[in-house]
Amino acid sequence: MILAVAPASPADAWLERAPLLLRDALTGWLPDALRPWVSALLSIAVILGVFGLLFAYMTLAERKLLGRMQNRPGPNRTGPFGLLQPFADAIKALTKEDIVPRAADRVLHFLAPVVLVALSLLGLAVIPFGRNLVAVELEAAVLYFFAAGAATELSIFMAGWASRNKYSLLAAMRALAQLISYEVPLLLSVVPVVVVAGSLSTTGIVAAQGGWAAGIWPHWHALTPWGFSAFAVFMIAALAESNRSPFDLPEAESELIAGHLTEYSGFKYALFFMAEYLGMAALSAMAVTLFLGGWQAPLGLLEFVPSYAWFGVKLLLLLLGFIWIRATFPRLRIDQLTRLSWKFLVPLALVNLLNGGFWAATADWSGPAAAVRWLVSALLVVVPFVALARSLAAGYGPRTYRYAPS
Amino acid sequence: MMLPDPAATGLARVRKIEGDALGLRTPAFAPTEGAGDLLEVSLGPHHPSTHGVFRMDVVLDGERIVRLKPVFGYLHRNHEKLGEATSYLGSMPYTDRLDYLNSMTNNWAYALAVEKLAGIPVTERAEYVRVVLAELSRLLNHTCLAGFLMQDCGCSGTPLMYAFREREKILDLFESLSGSRMMCNVQRFGGCRVDPSAEWLAATRRLVDGYGAFLDEFEALLSGNEIVMARTQGVGRLPAALAVNAGITGPMLRASGVGHDLRKVDGYGVYPRFNFRVPIGRDGDVYDRYMVRMLEMRESIAILDQALRDLPGGPILDPKAKQRGLRPKAGEAYGRIEGPKGEIGFFLVSDGTGNPTRYRVRAPSFVNLTVLEDLCLGHTVADAVIILGSIDIVLGEVDR
Repeated sequence: MILAVAPASPADAWLERAPLLLRDALTGWLPDALRPWVSALLSIAVILGVFGLLFAYMTLAERKLLGRMQNRPGPNRTGPFGLLQPFADAIKALTKEDIVPRAADRVLHFLAPVVLVALSLLGLAVIPFGRNLVAVELEAAVLYFFAAGAATELSIFMAGWASRNKYSLLAAMRALAQLISYEVPLLLSVVPVVVVAGSLSTTGIVAAQGGWAAGIWPHWHALTPWGFSAFAVFMIAALAESNRSPFDLPEAESELIAGHLTEYSGFKYALFFMAEYLGMAALSAMAVTLFLGGWQAPLGLLEFVPSYAWFGVKLLLLLLGFIWIRATFPRLRIDQLTRLSWKFLVPLALVNLLNGGFWAATADWSGPAAAVRWLVSALLVVVPFVALARSLAAGYGPRTYRYAPS
Repeated sequence: MMLPDPAATGLARVRKIEGDALGLRTPAFAPTEGAGDLLEVSLGPHHPSTHGVFRMDVVLDGERIVRLKPVFGYLHRNHEKLGEATSYLGSMPYTDRLDYLNSMTNNWAYALAVEKLAGIPVTERAEYVRVVLAELSRLLNHTCLAGFLMQDCGCSGTPLMYAFREREKILDLFESLSGSRMMCNVQRFGGCRVDPSAEWLAATRRLVDGYGAFLDEFEALLSGNEIVMARTQGVGRLPAALAVNAGITGPMLRASGVGHDLRKVDGYGVYPRFNFRVPIGRDGDVYDRYMVRMLEMRESIAILDQALRDLPGGPILDPKAKQRGLRPKAGEAYGRIEGPKGEIGFFLVSDGTGNPTRYRVRAPSFVNLTVLEDLCLGHTVADAVIILGSIDIVLGEVDR
């Protein structure tokens, strides 16, 4: 599709084309009718393999980094530097007894983790991991991604309901309130991207972010005022959608034991864990695609690095951000959580819609008009942010203390 | 919608307030009309946030608490009755196990009661060493409490780990002095069992000098944190009138705005010789309870500074002071000190024999826990967890 480019372009570099060459080598000998099927299967295998391994090592990275941030070494006994820890964990999870409570709804109890993992994987199909590296080329890929993501809420509620445990039920209640609240800002923050890029297709959105202003400033959406605001809203909503700290209310261990996971053990528990990381990775991958230029290199002279490597670096940076946030912040309360969404993120994202529209309408402004364009867009971010933050933080703040008269 | 059948949902047992002539206690929280069934949940005894084997039997309307019944006694070990069958000295190591984070202050309060009962004078050096150990214990307790409270707020262990790093340093000091990290059993009647060496005092000096920097770091991360403030301010308010009438003591009372500190009020030991202030809160909510403790630690550092500077020489314990086989004259005495959790007191009645005929512990955790339901009504489960955390209980002391 985009293969018709000048011979010297980075798209022709051998490393850049390596995945495609490998695919062709593996499927080239097949009859034409079979080739799309086999290459689709190959894509699935690669996605499962790469993200399965990413999940395994994310858990290790999380425990190690959390450990270092907390003044302790983290797992370091299994293999060199604890590198075999994920496999030890997997064996443990597989060999553990699978306990189903007697009162539980057995079918739903079994289905919940399976459905959750399946739905978490679906979104990865439309992410362009590199130049021409997308499993399914969809015209409405963004819509598809969020539709698949929204369905994960059901399985968390299934888990909470089917366990017949009061903690699980409370967690399911919280999960529904939380996920539905954050679905709105998540989607609203994506709309300006679609408006500006003029496409619902992920490859189209990445292509719209190619090139550099003045040769050094990438055209990434996150590097514009409206895009930065949308990126921030998206990432906060993504934190909440993937049940990560500080929005990990459904599995708040200090309140609800393990929330909807209380009655799960062994491999089903591991599946929930896997789904959490896959969901996190999928949303981060989407954030990279929508706001951070996808597989595009940040600088022209860095284009010799293959596109999928850039994608991987950006994805890992976002995932490390998730871990860093987890090590730093306490948890919100459920009413504060929903208030943050409805009274802060949603209005911010709505104003940002206007901002995105303004940016799209003024695409041809240049010279001094471009400066005005940036200023207006920045004001449309800062003013609502300050106003909304003020109203959100009403009622609390730092205090001064007295001493008893002696 | 229909209101749920009260008998089926536990609504029938929604609290009745008895003996509330002053009208101080929080009125019952009415569940939302037509909200559907109430949910009765048992938080504990095996629950990550109950700080030991403690159970909260809560009735919930959604996430709001309609009733809360504290259930304890899982760790009861007949401490007070055992004290009546044990010699005066024999009870000393048992007191370590009351509030097992603060054996130093437990020992001191008990020694004080016996010294009052038998009229034993305390050596000058021991008085200073007691202050040093008690204030170290206060640092240790408040640091742990802040860490645990933040853990209850949902921090993924970070503040707790840093709090425990400091706690370990203090425990190392305790260990090198007494031979035990937590069950120190240091006090004797008229002095202390062990005399701190010059090296120990130098190590303590180093710790005290570095503690302020740790508090700065800890507070920079947490005290001004938006989420911490949003979670803790206005939650679990304890009005000063209820606090006084319920017998609340310690940082919890001071957070409600009552400047009552036994170190000032009684002036026991050599505390009147030191310059320190008593921080008080205004709202009496979880944030005030946290901040009062943080500020108290700064004052403890000031006291330690002065005590280490002025520590006199001389004997730590009069060898003639009777320990084993002590037989005080018939009578009674109450010894109390300002422990890290509040007023820890021992009441002893002697009939002239080697054992007390009555041995009674006034445990601050236990008394402070009595207002738990008043603090929690109308708040959510998540709030109940941090309210309990901010009360600072140790089940060894509550259940005895």
